[in-house]
This record gives sequence, C-alpha cells and structure tokens, in this order.
Amino acid sequence: MRRANGHVRARADATGPRGLPISLDGVGVRRGAAALLRCVDLVVAARTRTLVIGPNGSGKSTLMRVLHGLVAPTEGRIDWGGLAAPPRGQAMVFQRPILLRRSAARNIDYALRIAELPRAERLRRIDGALAATGLAAIAAQSARTLSGGEQQRLAIARAWALAPEVLFLDEPTASLDPAASRAIEALVRDIHAGGTTIVMSTHNLAQARRLGERIVFLHEGRMTECTDAAEFFRAPRSPEAAAFLEGERL
Amino acid sequence: MTTLAESVRLALGLMAGFDAHLFGIVALSLRVSIASTLCATVIGLPIGAALAVRTFRGRGAIVATLNALMGMPPVVMGLLVYLMLSRAGPLGSLGLLFTPGAMVIAQTLLIAPIVAALSRQVIEDAWLEYRDQLTSLRAGAWRSALTLLWDTRYSLLTTVLAGFGRAVAEVGAVIIVGGNIDGVTRVMTTTIALETSKGDLPLALALGLILILIVVLLNFGAYATREWARARSG
Amino acid sequence: MNRRSWLVLVGWCALALRPALAQDRFIVVASTTSTEQSGLFDHLLPAFEADTGIKVRVVAVGTGQALDIGRRGDADVVFVHARSAEEKFLAEGQGVKRYPVMYNDFVLIGPKSDPAHIAGGHDIVAALRAIETAKAAFVSRGDRSGTHIAELALWKVAGIDIDKAKGPWYRDTGQGMGPALNSAAAMNAYILSDRGTWLSFKNRGDLEIVVEGDKRLFNQYGVMLVNPQKHPNVKADLGQKFIDWLVSPRGQSVIASYKIDGRQLFFPNAGSNA
Repeated sequence: MRRANGHVRARADATGPRGLPISLDGVGVRRGAAALLRCVDLVVAARTRTLVIGPNGSGKSTLMRVLHGLVAPTEGRIDWGGLAAPPRGQAMVFQRPILLRRSAARNIDYALRIAELPRAERLRRIDGALAATGLAAIAAQSARTLSGGEQQRLAIARAWALAPEVLFLDEPTASLDPAASRAIEALVRDIHAGGTTIVMSTHNLAQARRLGERIVFLHEGRMTECTDAAEFFRAPRSPEAAAFLEGERL
Repeated sequence: MTTLAESVRLALGLMAGFDAHLFGIVALSLRVSIASTLCATVIGLPIGAALAVRTFRGRGAIVATLNALMGMPPVVMGLLVYLMLSRAGPLGSLGLLFTPGAMVIAQTLLIAPIVAALSRQVIEDAWLEYRDQLTSLRAGAWRSALTLLWDTRYSLLTTVLAGFGRAVAEVGAVIIVGGNIDGVTRVMTTTIALETSKGDLPLALALGLILILIVVLLNFGAYATREWARARSG
Repeated sequence: MNRRSWLVLVGWCALALRPALAQDRFIVVASTTSTEQSGLFDHLLPAFEADTGIKVRVVAVGTGQALDIGRRGDADVVFVHARSAEEKFLAEGQGVKRYPVMYNDFVLIGPKSDPAHIAGGHDIVAALRAIETAKAAFVSRGDRSGTHIAELALWKVAGIDIDKAKGPWYRDTGQGMGPALNSAAAMNAYILSDRGTWLSFKNRGDLEIVVEGDKRLFNQYGVMLVNPQKHPNVKADLGQKFIDWLVSPRGQSVIASYKIDGRQLFFPNAGSNA
C-alpha cells in the first residue's frame, strides 16, 4: 500500500475536501497472469454516492481496494485530489467486520487514538457515533459477542467517528439479514447527508436501486458503464449490463 | 511395578510431610523456570510479532532458523553457555557460572526460539485477518504488531505455557551451567538425575511424580483463568 | 494485562536474575561425584561452616572434569582422588600445592553367582586375572575419573594390557559411579567401586562385595588451591582456610567421624607422603 505522507491531521473535517476527486486513469491490476482490473478510467467526485455493481469475480473488491489505496495498480495512474498517496480522512468497512477483542466503545476509541485526537474529543465522538448507529446500550459489551448486524453497525460507527471525507463499503450487507441490511443502508444515507462521499460495492441490485446516485458497472475487470443511476436502470448502454439487469448470469 | 507403587507412596509422604528440603528444591525450580519463561517471552514475542507483520529480504531464512532452533538439544546449549560464562570465557567476569542466574540464561536461550516461532505463527494468522482493516485505519507496523499481540493473547498464553513446560522439564543445560550444587543450583530435574545415578529409583520416581503434578496444576490454573477471562471479554 | 502488570512481570524477571546474594562468604570446590555421593560433604561442610562462617559450594563431576573446572578458573579449590592427574595439574602451574587429606578404599563388586570364583578374596590382582581368564562380565567407568584411573593401573599391575585383552566381556560405559553400578546390577557384572558410593547405593540387585582389603585398593584424596596467579578471581585466602581446616586436627577428626552403618568410610592421613 502507498503509505500516507506527511503528519497526521488532527481534524478530518478541514476546509475543502482533501483527496477528492479520486481520478483513475487507465488503471489495471494484474496478479500473476490474471487481470483483476483492466483499463479503468473513473472519477469519483466529492459528495457523490457511487455504487459499484457487477457479477461475482468482476473486480468490485479490487476496485474498492485500489480506490482506498490498499492495493497499488500495476498499470495506469491514480491520484487523490492531485495527491499521489491517499490522505487521512478515508475509511473503509469490509464485508466481514474486523473488530478487536475489546468493548464496542474501545474499538471506536482505537481508531480515534490513531488519528491522535485529544481525549475529550474522542469521548464526544464515541458517544455520537454509538448514538447515531443505535448502539449506545452495548457500548461496554465485548465487540466479538455482538450479533452480525450489530458488529457491522459498529464498524460503521467506527468509520463515522473518524468523520471521513470518503467512506468505502465493500459489500457491507452481504452476510446480513434484510432487517439488518436496511439498518445499514439507513446509516449510509445519513453519513452521506453529512457531506461524506460514499463509494459502495454490492451484488444486490435492489440495494443498488435504492442507494445509488451514480452506478459503476464492472464485468470481468472492465468498467463498461459509469453513469447516473436513473439512466443506468432505465437503459443501460452495454450488453453485459443489460444482461446483468435481466438477471442472467454472465 | 512395585517401584511405581512405592514411589507414589513416597511422593505422597514427601508432600504431606512438608519436607523443607524438597520445598526448597521445588521453589528454586519454579523460580528459575518462571524467570526464564518471562525473559524468553519478553524476547520472543516481539521477534515473533515483527516477523509476522513485516516482510523483508531474508525473512524466510530467519523463520526457518527459528523453527530449527526449537530443536536445539539442551545439553548443547548448556555447553555453549558454560563456555561463555566460564572464567576462561568472554563473560567470565560476570561471575554467573554455577549460579541460578546462569541457569536462567541457558533456559531463556533455549525457549526464546520456541516462543518466537510459535507466536509468529499465531500472529501471522491473525495478521491475515486484520491486515486490511488495520491498514485502512493507518495503524502502522509498530502499533499493528502491538494490537495483534494483545488480540491474540489467549493463543499466545498457550505458547508461553509451552515454553514453560520445556523449561521446567529440561535437565541437560541447567546441570552443566548450574553445577547441581546442593542448596544453590539443585532443581527438581537435576535432583531426579542425581537420585537415579545413586540408584535410589523409588525416590527419583517420586520426585518425578511431584514435578508432573506441579506442572499439571499450573496448566490447569492457566486454562481455567483463560476460560474465565474469555467468557468475560469474548 | 495492562501496563502495570507488565511492569510487575518485568520486575519479577529482574529480581530472579540478580546473582544470589554474593555478599555471603563462599568458595566453589570442584570435587568428584563419588565423594559427594558418599555423603561426606553433608557431614563435613556444616562443621566447616560452623567453625569459619564460610559456605562451600561443591560442584561434583568426574575427576577429569573437576580438574578442568580448576584449569578454567571456575573453582577456587579442587578436591579429587587421582594422584597422577593432580601432579599433572600442579606441573601445569594450575595449582599451588597438593595436600594429602584422607584415603578410602575401593572394593571389587560382583554378582552372587561369581562366575570367576573370586569371592571372599583379598588379592585384587589375582581377582582381575581370574575375571579376564573367565571373560566374566566387567563394567568399567571409562570416564577419566579417579576410580577409572585406579582400575587401569590395577590391570597393568596384573600384567594385562586391557586395551588388547578387552572383548565383549569388558563394558566401557563412560559413566559416573552410580550409573555404572546401575549398569553392573542390570548386567550382573563385576565392577570396581569406591566403598562410600557402594555403601550408599540402593539398587544393588544381585551384587555384593567380592574382594576387599588389598593395600593396592587404597584411594588417596588430595586437595589443591587453584593458582590465583593464573586466575585472579580465585578466593585464595578463603580457599586456603578450607584446605588448612581439612588438614587440621579438627578437620581430620570430623572426617574420621563420618560413618555409614557404623563403618568409618574415610581415613585421614594429612601430613603423610601419600
């Protein structure tokens, strides 16, 4: 991963969004002989809500990781608002929530300590994030003993507390039941309403319809569509996307 | 088999009689083994963690060497430490030969590779799981290693206990660097060796049974503590 | 496990590592396993400590190893029973002076079945010849110890070149006295042993004393101070006090008073030419 350069900024909500827009120019990721991503040209603008969809194995996860800076492209260029390395102020939620063996509140505190926030500020943000995600009651409970839905909400709470410029979510509701999924979707909407740029991948078309402002469609590592959501669902331009919408497996 | 029955009776008699000499030997055994386990943990855990989260050239060679060192014969280690600590050797002026300090040093060198190699495996498995999230949170290598050490603490406890088991059971190293001096460096295992060589097999076996009992009790205690803590914190 | 527990553990670690209260006055004496296993030190050293306040730490190994410990400067005094090896030690300049202290004797141990028909004899040379002729099982220590050196000398006196004559009947085990006796008991073999170890040995099997009392079986003990000029760390004055005490009338009488089963084991002879 490209390491962030420069000193840690104490407040992620400084004037003007840093690290945006994210521009990909001919980005590809190769592992051995396989091409996970090919020739992706993409711009993620500030305050947008982008949904990345496509069949399994189309490269959604890889694209998410490239956007967040966890994976370096083997071809092409990427920059974050002109910066060569992703700045602080981005957070990611994974399909399976990775929580530490400590209480819910401490998990959030962990992330805030890394951001070098003072204690009073940390406590304020923890309370705020837990309240916003409806987890105030279990603040002291061990994170590992929470239900799947609660754990994922906690992962989002942790990201929320960081007040990130961009929030990446890689299929966050894939292993949750419908009720829990709806709760997550509501949170994503709330975070977006607060000014955070959202990039989220999903294989759930209904979810994409509900949440998407812009749609990025991937097929076998290539981006065949990048367009306004309403447009996409009404009349997709590429045959692969059309087939996907029809429910055929490609 | 009569030796076994006699030994069991002897063992019970020794324990019930609160034989002071025996208690002194047991106390020294525990003191030396616990000290060396702690030192080996302080040395081995950071090495294991560093190897788990960092890649660098030569890492594979170091990992292979550590795994091989786990099989170091204690008597060979004893000899090496003896040559180092002897007055004729480089560290002779420390005056550590034939003292419990020398025994702790030899045992620490024996078990540190075990702790490092086993903890590396444990932490590496955890790193696989945690890596993306910790990188996303910008934890950095140092903090990530510490976080993994804390989060895998239950598995690491098993590793530490394995180290302790090896320390308390070995005789080859401590007998050479300690000199088996009565009242100063005589521990359970060296006493057993001595009584065996004197032909007093029932007593040797009785002491062996007591040693096994102590180790079993310690492990039970550690297991119970672990399960209790685990139930509380998940 | 928080930061405080960490500190407690590290503190414990440091505490356990500190050298044992080195403010005690003590010396390290390198001696032999047979001497220690005879129980002499348990009888002798408390008397010395009571008289002088000096503690003695005995490292008991084979004679060869004991002298090597002296050569490395890891002991202050060596107390062994192999005159030729001791003279060599002196000749190398490793020791200051050799003082004879006491002697005990060796005994020839053998199985009750007595295949060489030597039981009850008092002639060790004749006995060894008989064993060699009968090719009866014989266990040797083979470890450069005082006992081993004495055994080899006796074969020579018997006119037997043991290196040529040895066959499957001669078991060279390379062990200390106790383990060698264990082996002899298991193999029902003859073995030369010092009386002290034999008297305290419990795993006798079918073995018993077959030959004793021959003057050639006497085992002389000598004590030497490790040369402080070669090894400046040697506690010369404390070590010399130990030697002086051993050869003094007081020390000699303590030695003589040590008994197993009512039998005196060591016969003091300081000041003699032994």
